[in-house]
Amino acid sequence: MFTAKMMDSVKKVEATRKERMETEPRRMTAEEKEKLLKAYHPDYKEEEFVILKAGPNKGEKVPRELGVLLQARSRIKDTDVDLSSPDYDTDVLIIGGGGAGCAAAIEASRAGAEVLIVTKLRLGDANTMMAEGGIQAADKENDSPQIHYLDALGGGHFANRPQLLKKLVMEAPGALKWLNELGVMFDKDKDGNMITTHGGGTSRKRMHAAADYTGAEIMRVLRDEVLNLPISLADYTSAIELILDEEGRAAGAVLMNMETGELLTARAKTVILATGGAGRLHYQGFPTSNHYGATADGLVLAYRAGAKLLYQDTLQYHPTGVAFPEQIYGALVTEKVRSLGAMLVNAGGEAFMHPLETRDVSAASIIRECANGKGVVTPLGKGIWLDTPMIDLIHGKGTLEKRLPGMLRMYLKYEIDMRKTPILIYPTLHYQNGGIEIGADCQSTIENLFVAGEAVGGIHGRNRLMGNSLLDIIVFGRNAGTCAARRVKDIHTGKLTLAHIREMEEECQRAGIVTDKISPLLLPKYARTAGQL
Amino acid sequence: MNDMITVYLFGKKYTVPSNLTIMGAMEYAGYQLVRGCGCRCGFCGACATIYRIKGDRELKTCLACQTQVRENMYVATLPFFPLVKEVYDINEVPVNEQVMMELYPEIYKCIGCAACTKSCPQGLDTMQYIAYAQRGELEKCAEESFDCVMCGICSSRCPAGISHPQVGLLARRITGKYLAPEARHLTNRVREVEAGDFTELIEAIMAKPLEELKNLYNTREIEK
Repeated sequence: MFTAKMMDSVKKVEATRKERMETEPRRMTAEEKEKLLKAYHPDYKEEEFVILKAGPNKGEKVPRELGVLLQARSRIKDTDVDLSSPDYDTDVLIIGGGGAGCAAAIEASRAGAEVLIVTKLRLGDANTMMAEGGIQAADKENDSPQIHYLDALGGGHFANRPQLLKKLVMEAPGALKWLNELGVMFDKDKDGNMITTHGGGTSRKRMHAAADYTGAEIMRVLRDEVLNLPISLADYTSAIELILDEEGRAAGAVLMNMETGELLTARAKTVILATGGAGRLHYQGFPTSNHYGATADGLVLAYRAGAKLLYQDTLQYHPTGVAFPEQIYGALVTEKVRSLGAMLVNAGGEAFMHPLETRDVSAASIIRECANGKGVVTPLGKGIWLDTPMIDLIHGKGTLEKRLPGMLRMYLKYEIDMRKTPILIYPTLHYQNGGIEIGADCQSTIENLFVAGEAVGGIHGRNRLMGNSLLDIIVFGRNAGTCAARRVKDIHTGKLTLAHIREMEEECQRAGIVTDKISPLLLPKYARTAGQL
Repeated sequence: MNDMITVYLFGKKYTVPSNLTIMGAMEYAGYQLVRGCGCRCGFCGACATIYRIKGDRELKTCLACQTQVRENMYVATLPFFPLVKEVYDINEVPVNEQVMMELYPEIYKCIGCAACTKSCPQGLDTMQYIAYAQRGELEKCAEESFDCVMCGICSSRCPAGISHPQVGLLARRITGKYLAPEARHLTNRVREVEAGDFTELIEAIMAKPLEELKNLYNTREIEK
């Protein structure tokens, strides 16, 4: 329940609602956006970044927390494991069991390859499961892939890799059809037309959804399909280093049982990294909407083995994370709430921006309001209002319950009925815009190392639009699976080696890095007291 | 400052701040979670939990990440439950009640006790969707079960050994693939892309210089 002071502010929101509903707020100009981002977006806080001193991206900027992990020590020495008799031997090794990993596994298996998925938690434990709002594809009459291209390019500040973006938008309709044929239940009208809405920064209504369980619905279907196919699975098994062959090609991974600590080895002809994002690193102290396992492991593994990163200095802060109640602080409030018409309103009842600006602009705008005393004080900071009662007023009673059942349920547990009162939000760390650099075949700068999903950098430039991530895990997941399986036929893996671990450590030492940190992190350390066990 | 309260994690007593979720309380107590923790937002079903408040005869169920601790709460988490997941080919399944009879015949052993419905942390009418499945009303089963996070609490309470989440998932996949009307605009668009109808258009926009792209973006028409 809101405090009395919060309720005073709610009255101001209610008082301006009628007038606000009659006027669409103005969209910002390009110059206004640029000025706002530089002043308030966390990516522009120089003191929160460091310059890498070692590795393939030496001399480039990274968030402080990621810099520590990229230049930390390995969990093992190169001589700790016996590489001569691997515990697993497979064609394609997929590291990560989320949306991208499962899509890759399905395609690689269908292409006839022997596939092993290793995942540090359960199959399907991933940010995919938590994507609520939707998935983009230009499949309506008034839309086309080149319009989708322009929206994503502008939203990404024109930094998107053109070949990757082209693939994303051109293969989007096919990806949706693929999902539909696997049995994903998209929202449709009685004639079969997909129900689509806007997302921040889209110029056409191309956001397809499955209520506000879009990612969960996709993930549970993909997981079920993986289990229907002859795909091997090692769950609660993390990859802690990549294994290369003597020619420097990816050839497997060192694995660790998350419960017993046992080390194992997997040899593979090709490796797909689908390890997801980094929200649990809590950059700049932000809460996160990410999964428990989102700790940038794939970036660490790939970097230590010599793969280049791209745009590793740009993160996405989702404008609307939960600011109150504190029990769900940082949890995602889907952008679909704004797609359905809810406005962002400050403590004084003023709609200070158009609700469908891109995410970086919206987040910066909310941070500005709170920094300038126009936010509502909460136990953990500040927040501004998302005027959810507008949804039923615009679209008719019952709309919110039907289109946003997950959100409604989450708030009702804390006696907040978002159909009747607005909710308090503040930006939350949501997405890693950058990642490992790949080509159109999903291959990184290391031969036979493929990457898909949030671990990739370049598809979205420096800011991703809503609904393009659920899309990219399918488009690039499938692509990675197909390409990695195709490659298998021509490969004769040479002698396995972990020499790159020692080489990176020596490079760090030469660069004067003194560290007691080890990586990959695997899980955030939330236990209050460090046990001795 | 929050009040401190007493909770019993797997029977052991701990004192924790009253504003925490059960998951937060476990971490406050010093647990470094591996199992029983997933999305932490109520969507993944990893943290199924059973609890009882001291003195209360009723056993309650919840998701640990979505539930605040209470005084004298006895907590047991259920990080894994052995559901039956049958392997099938989605392209070959019968699209009627036959599919349930073949894959999940135990649903016909339901005794109507409603323990599943009563235990669902999502508030779903689980027994009702099983009834729909029994009758071959797969679309209704799909709709009723749609918000299932597959935590498995229902199955842990079921005297008939039914794997409710898997039954719902099967009904949803069949509904999504076969029973929902076809999105013809999607079928058409995929055909157009494959026929190369957009190839020149996409290459044309990719070839444009940056300044022109910026101008196109900043002046583009936005659908109302």
